[in-house]
Amino acid sequence: MKNAAIHLENLSISYGTTPVVFDVDFSVSEGESFALVGESGSGKSTILKAISGLAPDWSGRISVLGKPRGHKPDREFAKTCQMVFQDPYGSLHPRKTVDDCLAEPLAVHGIGGRDTRVKDMLDAVGLDQRFRFRFPHQLSGGQRQRVAIARALMLEPRVMLLDEPTSALDVSVQAEILNLLKKLRREQGLTYLMVTHNLPVVSFLCDRMAVMRHGRVVEIAEVDALKTGRLSDPYSRELYAASGGTLQPA
Amino acid sequence: MIDWLLDDSPASRLQANMGRAWRVWTALLRNPLAVVGALIVLVLVVMAIFAPLIAPYSPVGQDLANRLMPPSAEHWMGTDELGRDIYSRVVYGARITLLIVTMVAVIAAPIGLVVGAVSGYFGGWVDRVLMGVTDIFLSMPKLILALAFVAALGPGIENAIIAIAITAWPVYARIARAETITFRDSEFISAVRLQGASATRVILRHVLPLCASSTIVRVTLDMAGIILTAAGLGFLGLGAQPPLPEWGAMISRGRNFILDQWWVATMPGFAIILVSLGFCFLGDGLRDVLDPKQGEKQ
Amino acid sequence: MSAPLLEIENLTVTFPTSRGPVDVVKGISFSLGRERLGIVGESGSGKSMTGRSILRLIRKPGRVAADRITFDGIDLLSQSERQMRELRGARISMVMQDPKFSLNPVMTIGEQIGEALLTHRKLPRSELKARVLSMLEAVRINEPERVANLYPHEVSGGMGQRVMIAMMLIPEPDLLIADEPTSALDVSVQAQVLDIIDDLVTGKGMGLILISHDLNLVSRYCDRILVMNSGEIVESCKASDLNKATHPYTKGLLAAMPRMDEERDELPVLDRSTWTTGAGT
Repeated sequence: MKNAAIHLENLSISYGTTPVVFDVDFSVSEGESFALVGESGSGKSTILKAISGLAPDWSGRISVLGKPRGHKPDREFAKTCQMVFQDPYGSLHPRKTVDDCLAEPLAVHGIGGRDTRVKDMLDAVGLDQRFRFRFPHQLSGGQRQRVAIARALMLEPRVMLLDEPTSALDVSVQAEILNLLKKLRREQGLTYLMVTHNLPVVSFLCDRMAVMRHGRVVEIAEVDALKTGRLSDPYSRELYAASGGTLQPA
Repeated sequence: MIDWLLDDSPASRLQANMGRAWRVWTALLRNPLAVVGALIVLVLVVMAIFAPLIAPYSPVGQDLANRLMPPSAEHWMGTDELGRDIYSRVVYGARITLLIVTMVAVIAAPIGLVVGAVSGYFGGWVDRVLMGVTDIFLSMPKLILALAFVAALGPGIENAIIAIAITAWPVYARIARAETITFRDSEFISAVRLQGASATRVILRHVLPLCASSTIVRVTLDMAGIILTAAGLGFLGLGAQPPLPEWGAMISRGRNFILDQWWVATMPGFAIILVSLGFCFLGDGLRDVLDPKQGEKQ
Repeated sequence: MSAPLLEIENLTVTFPTSRGPVDVVKGISFSLGRERLGIVGESGSGKSMTGRSILRLIRKPGRVAADRITFDGIDLLSQSERQMRELRGARISMVMQDPKFSLNPVMTIGEQIGEALLTHRKLPRSELKARVLSMLEAVRINEPERVANLYPHEVSGGMGQRVMIAMMLIPEPDLLIADEPTSALDVSVQAQVLDIIDDLVTGKGMGLILISHDLNLVSRYCDRILVMNSGEIVESCKASDLNKATHPYTKGLLAAMPRMDEERDELPVLDRSTWTTGAGT
């Protein structure tokens, strides 16, 4: 096994006094695409927030690319790990153009050559140059999500946290974004940790997955288990059947 | 030119921002009251800039032979108790009024915005302390507080400006805080934080631009109140000092002759009403354009 | 198929925009018996507007025009607003997407369901209560007595949606329009809720219009499917024949969905230029 890109040990997370995630352990190796699956309230998004520093109340250990994580977002971490959010309508600043949005991370880190970098990134995520100076309200949902992905990639991170990146999109647009994510991962050797409730999406984009329920991981399985229907935990089997899968004996 | 402004795919940052400004402008022009308000404000500005050209007489030149003349072709608004041309004084008064409102806006709005945004963004004890201070200022009647400050600092136009600014900022702090809280936890703010931006940067570059439009609206609407407070201070003799042609002070002087020489107090009164109204109309129009969630239109 | 319950001919819904009026539904026609009809489409396809225009719930400045909208022999277009209010709920009900916004937060669940019945019929108290409890049981709520006394914020999303369904079905309408009834719910709860709708609809011989963006879901719970795209019906087929769909849009949608046993390296992307002219990007 290669180095762990993300390593979680005994991770417990709470919001104020309410505990939401209990003793989660798993490890994602470099270049792997790992899915966190579960229903709403299972704590899957909270894990992404803890890793990124947006949910500071956690105990246990989190390390990303070998470095232990603090409890807040920090500048160095920003260059290695970025996040894409679920809602393409809420994740872009309503008063800033696409160009402002993409140049901002470069400005924060004092990186030069902004003009070319922004142009190249638009190409990379399949957005025409004419979108560069548009405001978010002039873009469709799929285009906004492309901008959000581009923004996350501006600092050339190696690990991407994806929080339901396609669940707010139409099926046809979802296909485009999934293709894009797959292509970017192949080209840049990215590691993905993706949260989703959609098992077919996992089947398309991921190598392994952890099924979560009530804040605990109930099963970690290879993605092949989705294709063969051989899941072992009763809850994951239930989830699988409800998503239209055909179960086989474990 | 208009095609260039309305282009859906602007080619530069400048074009994108100009396009946005143009859309706001055209939306504003569709609102007749806002246009009236903008015109009144424009007239005020023009009067202030070109006062020496517009005013037929000196605002301080006394002519005791022609005291308290009623409005006539020679003196459109009549003359006051020292024979000064009231029309000229009203025109020059525009300068003082404009000076007061701009200075107050320039001092109070940024203070309020920053206090509110910092308070809303950090929450916790920062919020409690800042909002506590804000509430103390808010709980005191504006004119009384301004009076107290002027009494302490001494009468004069600069002190009047400082006094009004000190009483004006808490409202903006409240608005900015409320706005900030609504999007503090939104994903676009989280995204910038995750890029390693410092709190200062997040507040200055990402939070403040979003609070700005509602503050601009509020400031415009408050202009009327500021003018009235300034006039009130002037009326009480605590604002601009004679012989400066401040509208409130002019009314105060005219009070003595209100029954026989009504124009002395009425003319500057009209000016105050008109300009206050202009700012209110403009503010309402701006609110509809910049801040659709507070206006009637969705 | 029995005599049609609902007939719609040439329905157009128009909204004015700054660039002139836009037709969000462009002259569609269909009819419905006591069967389950699915309307599928992506956002902006006009599927929700179609559902709302049957109940004449399109808000100004939107305008509805049609050659004919008849429900059980009643011409819905010529009904007064008062007559429409009597039809809504009593004979045609609608379940919306998010129970959180459709339930009154300051009334208990039992009161709300009772209210839904009382507005259409006068009943003695005791009988009303019995009806409410049996309805809650029908939507598979385990402790109806307890749940009837809860407020909407005290129940989960799935239970909230079941309460909505109870509320909509208690006056025993002839037609239920369900607009994305489960898209705010988790997958396992989705199936439960749809099973309940399905049982009640088939058990009482009602008509159902299920509006959704999810082709699979609709094909599982409906007899017939209409696929809508930018205000037009592009495909109309039996649910079981969905795989034999002929229109490129339907085929494209089906292909673009990832499957549980996904082996494809890339998902085919809809090429909108093949059937529409002025499609946006």
